[in-house]
Amino acid sequence: MNKKQKKVLFRIIIAAVLVLILENIPVEGYLRFALYLIPYLVIGYDILKKAVKGILNKQVFDENFLMAVATVGAIALGDYKEGTAVMLFYQIGELFQSYAVGKSRRNISDLMDIRPDYANIDQNGQLTKVDPDEVPVGSIIIVQPGEKIPLDGVITEGTSTLNTSALTGESLPRTAAAGMEVISGCINESGVLHIRTTKEFGESTASKILDMVENASSKKSKSENFISKFARVYTPVVCYSALALAVLPPVVRMLFLGVDPQWGEWVYRALTFLVISCPCALVISIPLSFFAGIGGASREGVLIKGSNYLEVLSQTDVVVFDKTGTLTEGVFEVTGIHHTKEEEAKILEYAALAESYSTHPISKSLQKAYGRVIDQSRVEDVQEISGNGVIAKVDGRTIAAGNAKLMDRIGVEYISCHHVGTIVHIAVDGSYAGHIVISDKIKPTSKEAIAALKKNGIKKNVMLTGDMKNVGEQVAAELSMDEVYSELLPGDKVSKVEELLQQKDEKEKLAFVGDGINDAPVLSRADIGIAMGALGSDAAIEAADVVLMDDDPLKIAKAIKIAKKCMRIVYENIYFAIGIKVACLALGALGIANMWVAIFADVGVMVIAVLNAIRALMVKKL
Amino acid sequence: MKKSYKIDVDCANCANKMEEAAQKTAGVKECSVNFMALKMNVEFEEGSDPAAVMKDVLKNCKKVEDDCEIYL
Repeated sequence: MNKKQKKVLFRIIIAAVLVLILENIPVEGYLRFALYLIPYLVIGYDILKKAVKGILNKQVFDENFLMAVATVGAIALGDYKEGTAVMLFYQIGELFQSYAVGKSRRNISDLMDIRPDYANIDQNGQLTKVDPDEVPVGSIIIVQPGEKIPLDGVITEGTSTLNTSALTGESLPRTAAAGMEVISGCINESGVLHIRTTKEFGESTASKILDMVENASSKKSKSENFISKFARVYTPVVCYSALALAVLPPVVRMLFLGVDPQWGEWVYRALTFLVISCPCALVISIPLSFFAGIGGASREGVLIKGSNYLEVLSQTDVVVFDKTGTLTEGVFEVTGIHHTKEEEAKILEYAALAESYSTHPISKSLQKAYGRVIDQSRVEDVQEISGNGVIAKVDGRTIAAGNAKLMDRIGVEYISCHHVGTIVHIAVDGSYAGHIVISDKIKPTSKEAIAALKKNGIKKNVMLTGDMKNVGEQVAAELSMDEVYSELLPGDKVSKVEELLQQKDEKEKLAFVGDGINDAPVLSRADIGIAMGALGSDAAIEAADVVLMDDDPLKIAKAIKIAKKCMRIVYENIYFAIGIKVACLALGALGIANMWVAIFADVGVMVIAVLNAIRALMVKKL
Repeated sequence: MKKSYKIDVDCANCANKMEEAAQKTAGVKECSVNFMALKMNVEFEEGSDPAAVMKDVLKNCKKVEDDCEIYL
């Protein structure tokens, strides 16, 4: 609790104690009034002041005004205890809400605690701490174990493991060694690292992410706008209704029915009506739900740029994926070795050695799959046949590695492969030894991710790719996509998305998921653009509305689940608060609900709505 | 020009009031108050002096909500 909150708590305790004492003192008349005025003013002076100020500033109708009128009215009617109690409970509710908001604010900022406070610089052999803002690009900074990496850069010296959980939600540490790029916001866990900075502080990943999260709620959702508009209309309407309730029935009774007007009774009902109607529960809990939802998501490595995007995300029915780098790894790898009579490892070794003089990406992926240092002295008589492959002598055996044309050329019968990708056939000493399939690998979680989306009510998963038709279709079939469009140029992707946007219903929303490379126009054209693997990619952070910090496509379903949960809470609160209030208002107008019911309808509903809103923060198990 | 200021305010509704008040201040082109992050982002009109404008913004905000603070 901060100082302000402690002060309010102190006032609440004093006022409560005073009311309890007064209740047991048998005093009547003006003395009783004067005595009750003490706790009333102790607890309510600031509300009264704000209400007067509001009137002076021509901003009459707000909750301070409602409370001031209701309590002053109750006291004027002689209900001293109730008037004071309403103020007391109102303050308790306010205190609770301010405590809850402060707590969740701290929770989230702790989790997003990636802002580096300082950078270490070596000055004449001594480590000095400087403001990361003052470190120019190209300086060498030193990061010790346990410290945050303050600026993006490249490691020049040292090895360590990095904890990226504040950025990605991923708890497994990453290894870091000289030559590797690192981003700010990671925590250095084990070794001392020397880093040459490549970006200024303002351009570094940590600042960009913080900037995004902190500005997230400036883009307001429709529901939030609805609530602020609602409050603007609602409060005056309620005030005038209360006035009508206080005046009309007694006048009618007096003039037309000729019975006792019962002024006191109707004014009391009008005041009850006012207390019930206070819109705090809505005005506070809706922004809080969005705040908690965005905060909870960022803890899971999903950055959402505004509550409006959270709302759209929850309404998504069509998800369009870019293939390469999104559903697949985007790097070519050996994915299979088939029809070999010898050991698979042996075939791979021969192929890697035979191709070792080539710089072609295929030979690189062969070498990577081989995984050991290539001893080029084992390779002789290398013959590169352009467009076909390589023939070379490895350990004295003649190895031919290449495509079908090469096999035809040397007169070796080969087995065609039904797998999709680049096929490297191998012949050893003139006889066929099988083939190696090299292709872009589907990410391990892609299939699960598509299934999870389907399970969460996504009607259509579409894949777009610039790749060959057979490759695209095979990947799509494997992932059970609903539609696939292949051989698209980057520009075609935009028009395809536009086509899909037209096909769907107005109310359905379309999300596009890309890796942020080359697809910025598509990201901005879709109803909602999701960039994944954004760690370190500025373009993606700029262009997308939702940014997934790591490469895991499962996070898309997670983001949608978080959005849905948050929106469900928002609607629960709207319906719950308005429902209870309308019911109590009706009861109050009929004279069934007294001031105590009114206090519950105001403060109780608010407390429940705030507690419910905080649930949006809990998204770990979704 | 855009600038971001740290603020202190008690409730979401008061933050909305501050936003409205700041928006109406001369020299302010666009203003958004983020209650949850306790930040005020102000975009100034071309050629206005942020320091002077912010003084007016603070004055106008105090008018609608005296329990608020902008750390200039």
